[in-house]
Formats: sequence, C-alpha cells, structure tokens
Amino acid sequence: MLDKMIKKKEKNKHKDKDKKKHHDKKIVEAKKRKSHKNFQFEYSESLESTDVVKIQPKNALFINGEFVEPTEGSYFPTINPGDGEVLAEVAEASAKDVDMAVRAARKAYETTWSKISGAERGKYLFRIARMIQERAREFAVLETLDNGKPIKESRDVDIPLVAAHFFYNAGWADKLDFAFPGKKVQPLGVAAQVIPWNFPLLMAAWKIAPALAAGNCVVLKPAETTPLSALLLAEVIQQSGLPPGVVNIVTGAGATGSHLVNHPDINKVAFTGSTQVGKMIAKATAKTNKRLTLELGGKSAHIVYEDAAIDQAIEGVVNGIFFNQGHVCCAGSRLLVEESIAQVFTDKLKDRMQKIRVGNPLDKNTDIGAINSHRELEKIRDFVNGAREEGWDYFSASATEAPSRGFYHKPCFFNHVASSATVFRKEVFGPVLAISTFRTPAEAIAKANDTPYGLAAGVWSEKASKIQKTALGLKAGVIWANTYNKFDPSSPFGGYNESGWGREGGRHGLYPYLEVQ
Amino acid sequence: MIHDRFVTGHGGRKIPIPYQPVDQVGAEERAAFFTKRSIKKESKLDALYAIISMIDLTTLEGADTPGRVRQMCAKAKFPVPSGIDHDFSKHPKARAVPSVAAVCVYPSMVPHAAKALQGTAIHIASVATAFPAGQLPLEIKLADVRAAVSYGADEIDMVINRGAFLSGDYQTVFDEIIQIKEACGDAHLKVILETGELLTYDRVQFASHLAMLAGADFIKTSTGKVTPAATLPVTLVMLNAIKDYYQSTGVRVGMKPAGGIRDSKMAIQYLCMVNEVLGPEWLTPDLFRFGASSLLNDVLKQIYKQVTGRYYYDKIFSID
Repeated sequence: MLDKMIKKKEKNKHKDKDKKKHHDKKIVEAKKRKSHKNFQFEYSESLESTDVVKIQPKNALFINGEFVEPTEGSYFPTINPGDGEVLAEVAEASAKDVDMAVRAARKAYETTWSKISGAERGKYLFRIARMIQERAREFAVLETLDNGKPIKESRDVDIPLVAAHFFYNAGWADKLDFAFPGKKVQPLGVAAQVIPWNFPLLMAAWKIAPALAAGNCVVLKPAETTPLSALLLAEVIQQSGLPPGVVNIVTGAGATGSHLVNHPDINKVAFTGSTQVGKMIAKATAKTNKRLTLELGGKSAHIVYEDAAIDQAIEGVVNGIFFNQGHVCCAGSRLLVEESIAQVFTDKLKDRMQKIRVGNPLDKNTDIGAINSHRELEKIRDFVNGAREEGWDYFSASATEAPSRGFYHKPCFFNHVASSATVFRKEVFGPVLAISTFRTPAEAIAKANDTPYGLAAGVWSEKASKIQKTALGLKAGVIWANTYNKFDPSSPFGGYNESGWGREGGRHGLYPYLEVQ
Repeated sequence: MIHDRFVTGHGGRKIPIPYQPVDQVGAEERAAFFTKRSIKKESKLDALYAIISMIDLTTLEGADTPGRVRQMCAKAKFPVPSGIDHDFSKHPKARAVPSVAAVCVYPSMVPHAAKALQGTAIHIASVATAFPAGQLPLEIKLADVRAAVSYGADEIDMVINRGAFLSGDYQTVFDEIIQIKEACGDAHLKVILETGELLTYDRVQFASHLAMLAGADFIKTSTGKVTPAATLPVTLVMLNAIKDYYQSTGVRVGMKPAGGIRDSKMAIQYLCMVNEVLGPEWLTPDLFRFGASSLLNDVLKQIYKQVTGRYYYDKIFSID
C-alpha cells in the first residue's frame, strides 16, 4: 500500500510542481493575512432592565402584617451605589415603633404561631420560597440597585440561595423532633434579628427561615443602606397569608438596632455584622436571659500549596476575595502561597485581574460592581493608603474603567506582606487581598491561625491527605478544599473567636432558635 | 509546576514536560463562567463576522466526492453570493460576509479543493496521519502527510498516537509529531489530541504540552468522530496550556476546538473564553479556528438578524 502511494507520488511529481507553486503562493498570501489586525472584542453594554421593579418613593415599616408609617414621621434616604443617586426614602423606626413590632411578634407567637402544627408552619415557608422564585428577577434587580452587587451575582447566587434557605428550613418545620434525637424541643419566643448590607436579602432569609421553622416570631432590622429587598420580602410575606405579626420588619440605623436588641421582651438576639457592633451587643445582652448568636468579621486564609491545580486555584482566590466586591465576611482576604510557586502564582493572578470587569452593577458582564456606600469606599481607600504607606507592594488592575459616578474600587492586592502588617490582620471588607508566603504545611497552619478571627479558610492541593491534615489544624468554622465561597442551606456556617458565636444553616442552624431539653 | 516526565529530543537532549494538575470541578466552573457573558449589539455582530473568518469548513465522510467538495469550497469562498439580493445587502449596517479561514478535507479530496480554491486566500487543511484512529504504521502516516501536502494542502490536521499516549509511551507520541512536522514542510501542523479518548483534564493538559514541545502550530481538541468532541472546559484546559507555553517560550500556539460547535451562541462563548484567557492577540484566524460544518449557516442567520432586526427564512442560505 505504501509502495503504491509512493509510486503514485512519483507519477504525479510533474503535476505536483504546479501545485507546489500554487501552494507557495498561498503561503505568501497567508503571511500577508497575518499582518491583519486582530479582532478587538469589546463587550457592548448589556443592561438588565429595571422595568420589573417598582420602587415606592416612601417606604413604611412592616408591623403586624401591615405597612405602617413611623410614629415620629422620620425618613432617611437609601442610595443606589451604582450611580450615587437616591433610590427611595425609608422609615426610621423609633423606640416606640420597635416596641409595637415586638408586641405584635409576641402576640402572634402566643395566639397563633406557637399553636399551629409544624406542618402548617412549613406550608407558609414553602409558599414564601415559591413566591420568591416567581419574583426572582424583581428581587435580583432591586438587590443590585440598592446594594451595588453585579446583577450576575444577585441573579445567580443571592436570590436562588434565598429561596433555597426557605425551602430547606420549611422541610425541618414538621421534623424538629427528629433534628435532635431523644430530646424535646420548643421554640424560644420572639427573636430580634439585625442583619448587614452585604447580602441583604440572603441574610434576611438566613435569619427568618430557621426562626420561623423552629416556631419563633421575629422582628428583623435590615441595614440602613440596603433595606429595600427586605421590604419587598415583607410584601411577599403579606401576600403569602402568613399570620400578622409573625414577621415584622423595622428599618433604621444603629439606634433602631439598639432599641431592638435592648427590648426587654426579646428571647433571642441574632446579629450578623461587624465585630465591633457584635461586642456591643454581647455586652448589652450579657445581663439578660436573651440567647445570642453572632456572625461577625473575618480575615480568612487561603492556603495554596505548590502541588495545587494552579489555574483553578487562581480562580478560587479571585472568587474568594473579589466576589461581591470583597464585602463577604468569609472573604479569603489573606492569601498564603507556598514560596516555591509564589512568583508564578502572583504573575498569573496579575494577569487574571486584568480581565476583571469593574462597572455598572446592572451590566450582565460586570464582575465587580459598586462598593455599597461612600462611607465603605472611604474605609477601603484608607486601608489601601495605609498599607501603601506601610510600604507593601501594591498591585491593582481591571479590564474596564469604573464609571465616573457611583462608588467603585478596583481589585487590588498587596504582595510580600508580613504577618504583622495591618492589611494582613484587619478586616478591610473590600476587594483588597494581602499575599504572604510559607515554607511548610506546619507554617501554613500556624500563619493561617495567627489571627483574632476564625470564620473560614481555603486549602488548595491535589493531595487529599495534605488537605485533610491542614484542615484539621485550622481554627475556622468553614473550610473549603479546592474551592471557595460555596454556600448551601444544609451546611452550617459560623466562626471561631472574634468571628462569632453559634452556627447558621443546616441542622446546627436550628439549635439557636430552640430550647432543647 | 512539577516536572516529572521527560522526553528525549534532538541530540539526546532531555526535555521536561510540564505536568500541571487540573481540578475538574474548578475547570468546569470556570468554563461555565463564559456561558454567562452577555454579548449583544455591536459586539455580537463583530463577533459573528469574526467567527466566519475563523471557520475551518469541514467535510470528513467516507462518502465525500469531488462534487461535494467543490460545492463546499464554493460556500467557503462566498458564504452568501453577492447575486443573492435581499434587503440584507441593501441595509446600511450590512458588511460584506467574509470567506471562511480554510476548508478541511481528507487527503484524497485535497486536489479537488485546491482546484476549487485556486487564487483565493482560503487555506486547505487536510486530516492526514491515518485519521481518525491513527492506528497505522508511522511510514504510512508520513506518506499520508506528504501526499496531502503535495496535493496542495497547506495545513495538516494530524491525530496523536493515543495508543502510545495511553500506554505511557510519551516518547513515541513526541517522536511521531516531530517527524510529521518535518513531513509537513511549510504546511502548518494542527495536532489533534482527541480529548474524548483521553478523558481526564490532567491528560489533556499533559498532551497539549507534549504536542507544543514537539512543534505543533495549533492544538486541536477532536476529530469529530468521537463523543465528546470539543467542550468549553476541555478547550479551557488547552488554552491554559497554550498560555503557559507562551509564557515560558514566547511562542504563540493556535487553538482549534472541533466538533459539536453548532450554533453562534456556543461559538461566541468560545470567543469570550479565548479573549479572557489568552487575550485579543489570539483572536485571529492565524491562532484560532473553529472546526465545524453546520455552524456557518447559523452564524449567517444571526448576522442577518443582528443587521436587519428580524430572522430570515432558513432556506435563504444554501445547505452547503
């Protein structure tokens, strides 16, 4: 066969000569074509429509199943961080309003909610979950407008998780007797819940769903910069037919929160937010019978060993610190990379950061949206300036320039940072990463644990035994292996030390809302 | 990066093959990221035109005939002949539809393609080396390549020796690529890894480096005869390898996903991935190609839609 082919080739030699000429010509042409300009692929703006959302200019409090004006008539503005414009006015709840809300919750607890069966409670939670799914787009757009997070995240992460938390906890409502085998469980009563601005609706779901499933009534205070999605949830709750008073939502700032957690008729306080406020709440509740869970700050370590899958570890690190503009309590804000691959790794990280799209949160191609408020932006800038003054190697990059209006911060990191550096120890709560190196697994664990916090950690290695051994040594509530920022309602979440007390999510998340006898 | 495997190159030189493990979950997650990009308006139209200029219009059937190849070449030259006059060509936003990058045929069909494409800048790619299995002696594979080149092919799409690769005989795989590259002469060499037979991303990554070290001008996912053919994650792993190779050698190797890319939406996802993993330097037919047959008509349909704002009757585009 081979011989035949070769013979044929000989026979065709003359013919081939002509073809060869043609061939040469084409190669010349091909070379010419190489000088053509490359295709510059600029993504046109792809804005999510805001038509689905109707924002009321003035938003009242949600007490006893109804929207009521604040007694003192005081309102404050909430701003769209994407453009810095006022979105709406929101009621500021006074001590009197908070008292009304707590009374409504107490009454609902005593007259209806503690009287009905778990299956009945579950029915309401399932209904709320389905209604959230039906209005998912509306919730996502509103969340992005009020918070500044990219629509991609509110659409694909926040809102689906919100529905998932209601579904998950709805399933527990009639199975509480099996959650803690051999024990008798009872609800606590009225829970005061104060939540942060980084995942406004998701934090509301984390708080409300387990509390209701366990048979408690709640008064929830959303953060003053992001109250709108919780108020839309109030509308959904109202339409779901949930008995009045089971969920009350009071908006306001620190003073409103203080009235709420200090109210004498509260059985349980759940707070997610800064460690500073968490400590104040711990002091305030110390002399009472109130149960307390705190989910506070973090300075979570991301350990990358030299035998890690590096390209995926880069994605994990990027997701770990730049997800939600870095406004994540469990953000992987300290990168500990094995010294042998530190150079390669930071080069790749720099390259990757140049592809990050900072921009209008409503643009579907935006990877990093707006910083939630001007105050937070100033805080982040102060941190960055401080770290630069301390002399750490600064790097910042993005694929797009931030819009001129609104609050934006480019993703950045500080390299070759020492454990003593401020940027390595203090929580920035922004898109700012601190990078340091280690030599051995023991050193990695020691450096990761060298923090007053202990919320989360990430470990990257292709060697499972190494991951196991490292994870056992880490003092953190959540440890991700070869991934980061994965959330699931069935998985408990919470911290060590200054990162908080108690767990939310999973079976563990029911415990703080129950008297277990 | 871990170097634990070597091949011997010219003059007994030991060449380490970078072995960089790939996390499957992470790679697939990252690939899915590109399906979330929202390419609209002008950027979509630009991308669609670019896609046409990057297509290797392919027919690889036992039933291929000179007539069939001639027809495909006509379509390759003028995807929409100017004589077809409808409101598209009169539209102020309409631009001339470019030719495809190349046609891809079996060696025996190369003379017919060469004749049909004479005087054009369209490349002629041929799948030599006992395509698709590659399970023939090397001499025959080399003869296959020489024949294709002598008939006028200026791009050779070879298959790697998967039998040798999967038995751990990387030296044989490497040596075969080197010899085939020599047999190619001036013709560009695309090395098909047949990722659907390698199955793990670790192996795809390793095979990519092996092919590039042996002199591949392009690395290509699949023959199109094995399922799965091209996927976003497997292409991502290969793009990452191309990037690492570029960073260590300064050589830009091209990428060709082939098989299974049927519509514009998928093709645009690939473009976004190349754009964000390798950068715009790779967004040229010299460094990025689509191996496809049915993709072209969908892209034409979408271009017409994007320009005029309405979908056209399918029959307006010839089947081949």
